[in-house]
Amino acid sequence: MAVSVDEAVATGPAPDRTRSARRRGGLGRTVLEVALLAVLAVVMLFPVLWMIETSIKENRDVYAIPAKFFDFKVTLDHFKDVFVASGGGRSALSVSFLNSVLVAGVSTVLATVLGVPAAWAYSRFSVKAKKDQLFFILSTRFMPPVVVVIPIFLMYRQVGLIDSKLGLILIYAAFNVPFTIWMMKGFVDEVPAEYEDAAMLDGYTRLQAFWRFTLPLLLPGIAATAVFALIFSWNEFVFAIFLTSSDGVRTAPPAIAGLIGGTTVDWGLVAAASLVFALPVLIFAYLVRKHLVAGVTLGAVRR
Amino acid sequence: MSDPAPLTTDRPGQVASATPPAPGRSRHLSDRWLAVVFISPALLLLLAMSVFPLLWALYLSFTDYSATRGGPANFVWFGNYTAILASAQVHLRALTTLIYVVGAVALQTVLGFSIAYLISRRTHGRGLLTTLFLVPMMLSPVVVGLFWRFMLDAQFGVINSMLGSLGLGQVEWLTRQQTALFSLIVVDTWQWTPFIMLIALAGLTAVPKYLYEAASIDRASEWFRFRTITLPLVWPLLLIAVLFRAIEAFRLFDLVYILTSGGPGVSTETLSFHVYKVAFLGFNTGTASAYGILMVLIVMVLTQLYLRYLNKLKED
Repeated sequence: MAVSVDEAVATGPAPDRTRSARRRGGLGRTVLEVALLAVLAVVMLFPVLWMIETSIKENRDVYAIPAKFFDFKVTLDHFKDVFVASGGGRSALSVSFLNSVLVAGVSTVLATVLGVPAAWAYSRFSVKAKKDQLFFILSTRFMPPVVVVIPIFLMYRQVGLIDSKLGLILIYAAFNVPFTIWMMKGFVDEVPAEYEDAAMLDGYTRLQAFWRFTLPLLLPGIAATAVFALIFSWNEFVFAIFLTSSDGVRTAPPAIAGLIGGTTVDWGLVAAASLVFALPVLIFAYLVRKHLVAGVTLGAVRR
Repeated sequence: MSDPAPLTTDRPGQVASATPPAPGRSRHLSDRWLAVVFISPALLLLLAMSVFPLLWALYLSFTDYSATRGGPANFVWFGNYTAILASAQVHLRALTTLIYVVGAVALQTVLGFSIAYLISRRTHGRGLLTTLFLVPMMLSPVVVGLFWRFMLDAQFGVINSMLGSLGLGQVEWLTRQQTALFSLIVVDTWQWTPFIMLIALAGLTAVPKYLYEAASIDRASEWFRFRTITLPLVWPLLLIAVLFRAIEAFRLFDLVYILTSGGPGVSTETLSFHVYKVAFLGFNTGTASAYGILMVLIVMVLTQLYLRYLNKLKED
């Protein structure tokens, strides 16, 4: 290599000195890199830390100028307000959290039940124009939600699904099926088809072979996929805000966004509600961290 | 299902003897039929919830239908399309969207790749660092938008407070024309830099060690190694991530809605947000549909590009 020759010539005359210099330079560089990483980590995490602080501050500390970083009184009132209405009883926010659990949960189950068999079929059988079908399926996921929501809105108005949890569940399931199919196809591809062939030689039908031998092996993959689908549905905002309006139906994202609608904003409450909302996502994301790359690229990139 | 998985897969014969299968039934469920039964429910849902709505939007885009006025829809054919393509308002939004997409994605790519590179050079604490950096990405855009709207508040926002204690002037981050779009780009960058980082890190850790070892035996310079080994091997994956982000940024709606509602004036109105205004505030459903169809066309082009690269990557 030409460059290695150049380097060898350049460093040739005084090897000892350059080696120690390089080591010292290496150490300085390591320190610099670690410092840079630390700064970047602080910048990236500061908003989250600030929100945690805000959620446990008393109101007058929340609005203090200059901002109080350490010296404030800790209170859990904001978290109480998230769940309990001012007059006692259940708050509108807590109802929206329950709605979110229901909508995200049921739509995930639906997407999984529809998506996993399809992924298996796409993986095992020679389907006509398989590649085109798979690309078509993934491209439906890339449609701008604001555009899709216009006809969906009119459609739902016709059939009475506007402002209903069922309507949200259906659209979220449709939204998650492409992801489930792509993600699960990767997992199915990893299970050798020979297992099923062997089972079929023993007299099982293809369906039995899938159910009894392949499916149990797929369970960890199904769990990871379902967790991602759950996160997507849980975080979704655009469909929720256009297709639902009443407090009894609304999911948490539009409900939390609604907190800043008035003239005065209770940022402590917003922070606490956001944290309560985000915590399950972070826990779930941590559980599936091994599959994050595949998960966030909709199953397209696997490493 | 109740059978322990390893047992059933290692020795299917054992289980088979436990429950004698009925031979002959398999003829009813041929593979072809099974594929149709397994695939069609998912496809039907997609047809009903994605394809049919789009076709409906396509039909509406040729009419002057309005969701509030009701009444019959009159065909105006390409009237909506020509009106949109000729509209100076739309051109302005297209420019805003372009600045936003290019600015945000470029910033995320540079930052994300740099962080990934720094992390990949560490041997200790890699997992913890990655996990910490990934937090913003997992949050809902609603939460992110609200976090930042509070922090960027001109009066009691913590950013201005910090600037003040440094002796710098106050900035109206979200309420001035010049800074609002910039703030939007910053917030999007904050949320999605981890995405690029994650993908780049996957690429960086997949680079075979022996290549670097061979290069260091040849005493190749750091920059040379980076340019001839790291970058070419990570680039395809990075490109996928960039395209993916570009599509997502192009579709962006929720962050704008929460953070600025398109304001001040129309300085942060992206195409998505403008479609929403035409459709749900102006109730020109026909025009909005045509607008949306045009956006879908752009997304389709980008998606095709993305899928083509993906295909290439998979075949390698």
